[in-house]
Amino acid sequence: MSPKTPESTTDQYRRKFLKQSAAVGGLMVAPGVILNQVAHAKPDAEKVSNKNRWGILVDTNKCSKGCNDCVTACQEENGWGKSETKSRPDQQAQWIRKVTITDKQTGHVQSLPLMCQHCENPPCVDVCPTGASMKREDGIVLVDRHICIGCRYCMMACPYKARSFIHEHLQYQKVNAPRGIGTVESCNMCAPRVDRDREPACVEACSKAEHGALLFGDLKDPESAISVELKKHGGKQIRADLGLNTGVRYQGI
Amino acid sequence: MKKPVFTQIKGNSSGYWMLLALLGGFILTALGATYYMEHGGHYVTGMSNNIVWGMPHVFAVFLIVAASGALNVASISSVFAKTAYKPLAPLSTLLAVALLAGGLMVLVLDLGRPDRLIVAMTKYNFKSIFAWNIILYNGFFVVVGIYMWTMLQRSMNKYSKVAGFSAFIWRLILTTGTGSIFGFLVARQAYDAAIMAPMFIVMSFSYGLAIYMLVLMASYKWTNRPLGDATFKRLKNLLGVFIAGVFYFIVVKHLTNLYATEHHGVEAFILRDGGIYTQMFWYGVMLIGTVIPLAIIYHPTVGMSRSAVGVASLFVILGGLALMYVIIIGGQAYPLVLFPGKEVSSTFFDGMVNNYAPTLAETLLGIGGFAVALFIVAFAVKVLRFLPESLADEAVDPHHSK
Amino acid sequence: MMSYGQFAKHLLVLAGLFALPVLSNAGELGPQPPKAKEKASAKTECVRPVKEMRKNHMKLLLHKRDETMREGVRTKEISLSECIECHVTPKKDGEYPRIGEDEHFCSSCHNYAAVNIDCFDCHSDLPKDASAHMHTLNGNNPHHKDLASKDSLKKETLDVLIEGGKK
Repeated sequence: MSPKTPESTTDQYRRKFLKQSAAVGGLMVAPGVILNQVAHAKPDAEKVSNKNRWGILVDTNKCSKGCNDCVTACQEENGWGKSETKSRPDQQAQWIRKVTITDKQTGHVQSLPLMCQHCENPPCVDVCPTGASMKREDGIVLVDRHICIGCRYCMMACPYKARSFIHEHLQYQKVNAPRGIGTVESCNMCAPRVDRDREPACVEACSKAEHGALLFGDLKDPESAISVELKKHGGKQIRADLGLNTGVRYQGI
Repeated sequence: MKKPVFTQIKGNSSGYWMLLALLGGFILTALGATYYMEHGGHYVTGMSNNIVWGMPHVFAVFLIVAASGALNVASISSVFAKTAYKPLAPLSTLLAVALLAGGLMVLVLDLGRPDRLIVAMTKYNFKSIFAWNIILYNGFFVVVGIYMWTMLQRSMNKYSKVAGFSAFIWRLILTTGTGSIFGFLVARQAYDAAIMAPMFIVMSFSYGLAIYMLVLMASYKWTNRPLGDATFKRLKNLLGVFIAGVFYFIVVKHLTNLYATEHHGVEAFILRDGGIYTQMFWYGVMLIGTVIPLAIIYHPTVGMSRSAVGVASLFVILGGLALMYVIIIGGQAYPLVLFPGKEVSSTFFDGMVNNYAPTLAETLLGIGGFAVALFIVAFAVKVLRFLPESLADEAVDPHHSK
Repeated sequence: MMSYGQFAKHLLVLAGLFALPVLSNAGELGPQPPKAKEKASAKTECVRPVKEMRKNHMKLLLHKRDETMREGVRTKEISLSECIECHVTPKKDGEYPRIGEDEHFCSSCHNYAAVNIDCFDCHSDLPKDASAHMHTLNGNNPHHKDLASKDSLKKETLDVLIEGGKK
């Protein structure tokens, strides 16, 4: 019997890997074809693609002033909020927040949720030295905390104050939402949910509260509810002057 | 003209060892502060999600800017061929490298994950000005190191001009990069201005020279080596010009901003309503950093006193730190304008001026950067030949007449 | 000069000294990773042969990490949370071990080899049901945080703190 050398193990692995990737590749192509005809149902093995661009439309007229459901849903989904016990309020994470705006001229008061705007040209991605701040093919902007060094340059660059730095050790993170000390984080449009064909937690919570102020969908699909609504009634960007082409749009501001 | 004779300093006096011990103490304190900040996280600092860059960055950016400025004296000798500056050049390169090392130490030790420094060195996003800067900083050590070598080793002297020229170009790009860190931040009212880059270059001239003069005067005094009036006067007049240059850029920057209505809010904040930032600007930058040093330097009698010019240099440094504080922290304290013409409120302090109270730890870390730089200089002049034995007027300038 | 008898005696003593640490630890040489749940027991192997997993698990995880993070690939075969799900099992007292404790699957080897990992600064070190349990227990805000902290206390210290040292 010949002794098993490390090389032969590696070779075995390579062969196995090639076989499997061929199989996976086959699997990926077939549903991909169907995918474009039927509604989106991304197989787990399929990569996200630039055929989609996810977006959220906020109708501020429907957004209720006292309601905080989108925020608490996000906290529950991603485990932020009460997890930081030592940080001061201005040091605690804020993935999404409710903002009240009052017109100085008319006194008109509005309430709206503000989170990462998922820009097409995100300044946070431009400035990140390591490439940790990134945009997925499907337009979701998020932080790869594995290579985030905690320099906070992205927080300096973000026009929306959408990013948070973690100032202390965390525990009991959600399995689907890893987050930890010394790195920067922000709304990731619930990427793990979106990849499994579910709506972001905030959108779901808003519908559940029967406000329906948040609409999630594919901006690149002209048939999607969000595209139809945007085409019909339009949607503004916050700080449109910066030309960032945000994926989160607002009506009524 | 005699060739200047460079020698090591003896460095065996009790004063020398006390200096090293003192600087070492500051460095250890800074490391202790880092341990305190990094062990449990940044919650122990005054920094927050609103003021994301604090005291460490004030010191780090100042030191990095001053580093490239400290190289100026050497550049004048090799790039602009002024022989009178030649004996001053080796110390200039040493100080440049030392200040950069100090600044970078502060910057790195304040990272959220300093343990991942290797990531910063291996993964680059080439669109990021920060990433360019990492390359520029590392390159600065190499380029200035080679330049230093061409000056210290006689057989390499012939390459010194080429090396000096490369170092000069490199430092201009480096400071442009440092200024651009802020200049390209479109999101914030206080930063978005291309003038930041040239302004940082002139600031570097001024701060680098101020530190250089203090180090030069102190080392010559403590080692009893002669430092002639001609050299002294040349340097202090140059410093005067640089201070005026910085003043000019500050005025232009604010006037430009005042012209655009969009920027009136942030200008009023810095210049009139900003509390600590306004005080820092008028008392720190304008009075201590500009008016008093200029008055001292150009005063016919006071301006000839070494200690008075030493105070002026110190004031330039303090004014520089104040300007960094106003730019870096004042710029973040002013709220982001998300909805023009509307009043904004939220659970995350939207529409409010952000508070920042620096803690002792982060300040000590910053001061540690200075200590590292000075420690390197004090050690290096003992082991290598950086300082000419004499900077007396006859030794420096053959045409000098008594 | 030493006689052969004396030399042999010295040699014996020396050999005894070398054997001491081995003998005193008899039966627990090397890391003692806890058994995985039945999903990957003797019947069903891990996602790759055990030998290969020991050597290459970090490479698999690193590769998958970037695929998931950057490309949204959500397969479960190579997945840190699935590793935890199957491999992190309750201790004798029924509690789940935390990272850093020798009873935690990852720590059982990593403590032994003194290889520091920072995965669990961010990732959950507990299976889903355990972490959900913890959440309800602590209201997402553990008040006995320091006791359960990741750089956890020794068992003795814990006993003293919990039972006042009574045994």
